[in-house]
Amino acid sequence: MKNYKLLPVAVFAFSLLLGFNACKPKNAGSAVSSDAAAKTYVAPGKYDEFYNFVSGGFSGQLSTYGLPSGRLLRVIPVFSVDPEKGWGYSEETKPMLNTSHGFVPWDDLHHVQLSKTNGEYDGRWVFGNANNTPRVARIDLKTFRTAEIIELPNSGGNHSSPFITENTEYVVAGTRFSIPPDDVNGDVPISTYKKNFKGTISFISVQKDNGAMDIAFQLRCPGFNFDLSRAGKGVSSGWFFFSTYNTEQAYTLLEVNASQKDKDFVMAINWKKAEEYIKAGKGRKQSVKYAHNVYDEKTHSSTSTIKTEVTIMDVKDFPDIAYFFPCPKSPHGCDVSPTGEYIVGSGKLAALIPVFSFDKMIKAIAAKDYIGNFDGIPILKYESVLYGEVKKPGLGPLHTEFDDKGNAYTSMFVSSEVVKWNIKDLKVLDRAPTYYSVGHLCVAGGDTKKPYGKYLVAYNKITKDRFLPTGPELSQSAQLYDISGDKMQLILDFPTIGEPHYAQIVAADLIKNNSTKFFKMEDNKNPYFSNGEGGTKVVRTGNRVDVYMTAIRSHLTPDNIEGVKMGDEVYFHVTNLEQDWDVPHGFAIKGALTGELLIMPGETQTLKWVPDRVGISPFYCTDFCSALHQEMSGYVRVSPAGSNVPLKFGTGKIEPTADSVKTK
Amino acid sequence: MKRLAMILFLGTCITACGGGSSEGTTTASETSSTENTKTAGGNPSYDPNRGEGKFTKVELGETLDAAMAANGQKVFEVKCVSCHKLTSEKLVGPGWLGVTERHTAEWIMNFATNTDAMLDKDPKAQAQLEICLVRMPNQNIADEDARNVYEFMRKNDGVK
Repeated sequence: MKNYKLLPVAVFAFSLLLGFNACKPKNAGSAVSSDAAAKTYVAPGKYDEFYNFVSGGFSGQLSTYGLPSGRLLRVIPVFSVDPEKGWGYSEETKPMLNTSHGFVPWDDLHHVQLSKTNGEYDGRWVFGNANNTPRVARIDLKTFRTAEIIELPNSGGNHSSPFITENTEYVVAGTRFSIPPDDVNGDVPISTYKKNFKGTISFISVQKDNGAMDIAFQLRCPGFNFDLSRAGKGVSSGWFFFSTYNTEQAYTLLEVNASQKDKDFVMAINWKKAEEYIKAGKGRKQSVKYAHNVYDEKTHSSTSTIKTEVTIMDVKDFPDIAYFFPCPKSPHGCDVSPTGEYIVGSGKLAALIPVFSFDKMIKAIAAKDYIGNFDGIPILKYESVLYGEVKKPGLGPLHTEFDDKGNAYTSMFVSSEVVKWNIKDLKVLDRAPTYYSVGHLCVAGGDTKKPYGKYLVAYNKITKDRFLPTGPELSQSAQLYDISGDKMQLILDFPTIGEPHYAQIVAADLIKNNSTKFFKMEDNKNPYFSNGEGGTKVVRTGNRVDVYMTAIRSHLTPDNIEGVKMGDEVYFHVTNLEQDWDVPHGFAIKGALTGELLIMPGETQTLKWVPDRVGISPFYCTDFCSALHQEMSGYVRVSPAGSNVPLKFGTGKIEPTADSVKTK
Repeated sequence: MKRLAMILFLGTCITACGGGSSEGTTTASETSSTENTKTAGGNPSYDPNRGEGKFTKVELGETLDAAMAANGQKVFEVKCVSCHKLTSEKLVGPGWLGVTERHTAEWIMNFATNTDAMLDKDPKAQAQLEICLVRMPNQNIADEDARNVYEFMRKNDGVK
């Protein structure tokens, strides 16, 4: 890493020494200043200052980078199966990907939100949304593992999610694609969109102590597209803001038909008020079907529960919880300043950035300064809510985050740049090119009450010539900018997984010391746990064979198994007996129509295997664990159905034993 | 003026390169020098009979504490038996028969609880590693359990 970074600098210096003058900036790469390498250099063995949690987009996963080095630390499987980690393949993790539609092996994770306390990151959990089959996931930052996934009924395209309130009271989820509600007959002509299609905003409550999620209530809204959202904070506590597009209510060729109006809406929701109504029993129970999946760190396994009821409120029946205010041209981002005073709308087809004032909005509501209503929801007058407009910021504003000095940074997709402007006077202060077509951006702590500032990362949609070519598909590029000075300074490019959308940057200190190193065997409550090698056994129940196996450097027990027959379903329950950090063992068997197991120290995980042929099938540890890792293997003998080969198993030598007898 | 800027710039480049690489070297030499001072040979304060860890003096009874030994056996069956036999036969690690005569109680209990540090510097532990070629895993054994396991080793070695 270091050599690559310093090499250009060294070559450059050397060429100067020789009297060559080959250093004229010729291309985008030369826009980097000479001290960029030093600014991103993290010496071998040293830690990065920040964790950067980056959505994996269509990979369905969440990646974790270190900043400022841009080193990829871990890819956390969330909504997509990951055979490398056994996610969605082991019996223990399969329920995590269950939905009301059944097992869904893939999704599209767009946005990332860290849990907050008092409007600042608290380092406990990170949430992600599934855009395709609407769900929200909570990832535990002690284990860096997905701990919970909840499905959202009445929803299509969960996009304005998983944005959270100041104290993680709620995670929201809004439908990008309005659909007929789940409890009515949805077999209707698509052309009845205006009549039959509804938008739904879900408020998912998060338990303070353990993070457990539950759909507290849903708000039924007019049928258009809810895009992004942010919670109010500070002065705007208790409110939530959602951008919308397609208020034209088009249902075909949206590219044209949803871009007709000069302005769409930002929807302001008084969630405190909605919460009061729910507590007062104003909601209506609706019959639905959705999955709620929870991973338990004690049993090392997950459960999926199908729930059948949700509480819903139609916003038009409660006139004081929802308001619209116009926002130019299909707004995308809808971002709230650190003090909570300003809401920045980013009309992706607009040539300006409107900044709205929360204070003016409250006054306009009090004065009933409406220009009309939409489906019974009042529309406030644009000028009455507007604080001001950032003029000529660039083309295609998408997202805005904030620094610690009163500045805002907006990504400009069409003009491929990040624009820095001052929140108070709305003057553009600086602009930096991105390579190319920036979508999301992320400032360290940039959506909190107290941004760290310091770094900004631009997540670009187009990569082109930034990295060595890898065929038609290129890894999307992230670009790191030093924003500590007046001018933004590009200091690093790094590749990402999938397609990154939102990301968050948090001080490493909030997370690194809480990291789980191993699971205590004493606490292992998996029903197939082997408490030491003395607990290993092979049990036949009809055609089901349960192998209670242990793994420790460097053998598996039992490593010889005979008496398995065609027609059997074999379950390998592998307990990793190690009790030290960074000693996972893997398990794989020839011909298994599944992934591997990757078993953390002290954990038990199960691989199902249905033998398809008579003979000997080798199995082995897949994760290099010691000098004798290559020896960590074994054999299963598979005999024909009806064979009288007795069940035998052991390590060291094979002893004929009856079912359930312990081996030594 | 332009020339001055060039010199300054060159200086910056060289400093940047030099600084970067020297930092790398320093880190490496620091690590190796600390390792050197920590190896038993180079450090006269290291007690190879006691090893390194929190146990400095372990009180042993004249006779076996059967209850402690029984608790130690339970730990053995979960965390040790995968690699150690109770005979003198080597499995992954050495057999336990006679282990209480080969090492002091302090050495064994320090090794069991401070495994990596001792494997890095203790001559006897390193000699065993050359034979077994598998670093003994740190099984995160509690202090009390380490003592109980030692009592179980005594029982295995014939203490009544």
